[in-house]
Amino acid sequence: MDNLRDSVEFRRRLDVLWRAESRCVLASLIRLLGDFDLAEEALAAAFGAALEDWPRDGEPANARAWLVSTGRHKALDMLRKRARFDASLAPLVERLDRASTPHEPDEIEDDRLRLIFTCCHPVLAREAQVALTLREVCGLSTEEIARALLTSSATVAQRIVRAKARLREARVTFHVPSRAELPTRLDAVLSVIYLVFNEGYMASAGAQLVRVDLSSEALRIARLLVELCPEPEVEGLLALMLLHDARRTSRTDPDGGLVLIDDQDRSLWNRAQIAEGSQRVARAIATRRFGAYTLQAAIAAVHAEAPNASATDWEEVVALYDLLVVAAPSPVVELNRAMAVAMHSGLERGLALVDDLLARGELVDYHLAHAARADLLRRLGRTAEARGSYERALMLVRQEPERRFLLRRVRELS
Amino acid sequence: MKYLCLAYGDQKKMEKLSKEQFAELIERCKAYDAELRATGQLVQADSLEWDYVAIRPNGAKPIVSDGPFVETKETVGGVIVIEARDLNDAIRVASLHPAARMGEQLGWWIELRPFAAECHQ
Repeated sequence: MDNLRDSVEFRRRLDVLWRAESRCVLASLIRLLGDFDLAEEALAAAFGAALEDWPRDGEPANARAWLVSTGRHKALDMLRKRARFDASLAPLVERLDRASTPHEPDEIEDDRLRLIFTCCHPVLAREAQVALTLREVCGLSTEEIARALLTSSATVAQRIVRAKARLREARVTFHVPSRAELPTRLDAVLSVIYLVFNEGYMASAGAQLVRVDLSSEALRIARLLVELCPEPEVEGLLALMLLHDARRTSRTDPDGGLVLIDDQDRSLWNRAQIAEGSQRVARAIATRRFGAYTLQAAIAAVHAEAPNASATDWEEVVALYDLLVVAAPSPVVELNRAMAVAMHSGLERGLALVDDLLARGELVDYHLAHAARADLLRRLGRTAEARGSYERALMLVRQEPERRFLLRRVRELS
Repeated sequence: MKYLCLAYGDQKKMEKLSKEQFAELIERCKAYDAELRATGQLVQADSLEWDYVAIRPNGAKPIVSDGPFVETKETVGGVIVIEARDLNDAIRVASLHPAARMGEQLGWWIELRPFAAECHQ
């Protein structure tokens, strides 16, 4: 028995099972036990039991159901032992003992959805939501999350411990939000997914522009969410990320420098991903219930479908930005709209809009606003003014590849 | 991944315990220990004697002396090694250790550290 238990093959089988099933099993255990930590203990105990029992008895036909019910029993055993020293646990043990353990496939899928909503619960700060989602939904280790977020493992670990304590204190129940609360709750989930994607797509500080892992994790959660909760904006967000991600390899040159969309080698774009993204945008738009993610995806689709930069349908882009300014008003959206106007109705029209925006003050410290202004001035041949704006942008930029890009532009002016 | 837990305690306060108090302490520890061992994630678990010797470099011939040099309040009294999936998993297991669940008045606490993959600076 020991031979089989220690065999490489058996260990590998358990590893595969951990990757495939542990998130589903954990989600069901959280529902059944009503507590993250207890569920994790139960999960570890269930896999421990598999290591003991399966070499002797063989792998059960439904491994997932076996792990859930074994984990639940183990947790109850642990609680009963603890209740001997801590009488306050007795009612909990009794309540959990009575609860049934149904394993309908639908219910397990619902458990995964519950887990996503719980990890992104509004009682948690955004960074806690991100850490918890990456660990509990994606199954990343604390150390992997820390590396991806460029922070220390101890910081991430503490964030996760506190987040779970917060959920317990706030008595957050493990459920899928009702129709009435769905829009706001879904919004929080989508923000977390998009933040994770952007963390991977463009590090906010540091030397390396693209960190592959987090982007694909975000795509994975979004795909799962589209399956479990097919709302138009979920589809829109997935489309937006697919369309951005499709251009990933062309965004940087071999030295890690930034390449703007106009100069990108379009043959490097992932056409299958663009097709999927465009299809999903069309579907979301057709529902007439779309929002800001779908609109951004629609804009990305116009860019991605243009055979070259000059063939971009700028009229369509401006029209979409007009809708986006209403759906999600922000000075950054207005800045992007101004650049689209510059391409559609002339550089001077665009420049006037950028100047108005800068005069309003909100974007004064935003490096891309100055970089955008510099770009328009450069193309208008107003070199001295362009240089001034590039220099303002350089003072504000934090990311190394962007800094190098701006420096190159300044050099090209002379 | 392997994680090391150093369980600290206040030696002076521990030594002041009566025989009965100490026996009671050990009894409570046992229950917690059993839970910790039941996780199956312990690689090693041991208690340490308070006495120690210090060995310091001094050219090619190290100097050996008996400690403590500085009067420290809390000393390592126990060592466990945990096999865990990640730091939070290790925290969960280490939180079952007696020094994480009792002994506040004896200065008990746990330092949890990951084993490094390689030598660091």
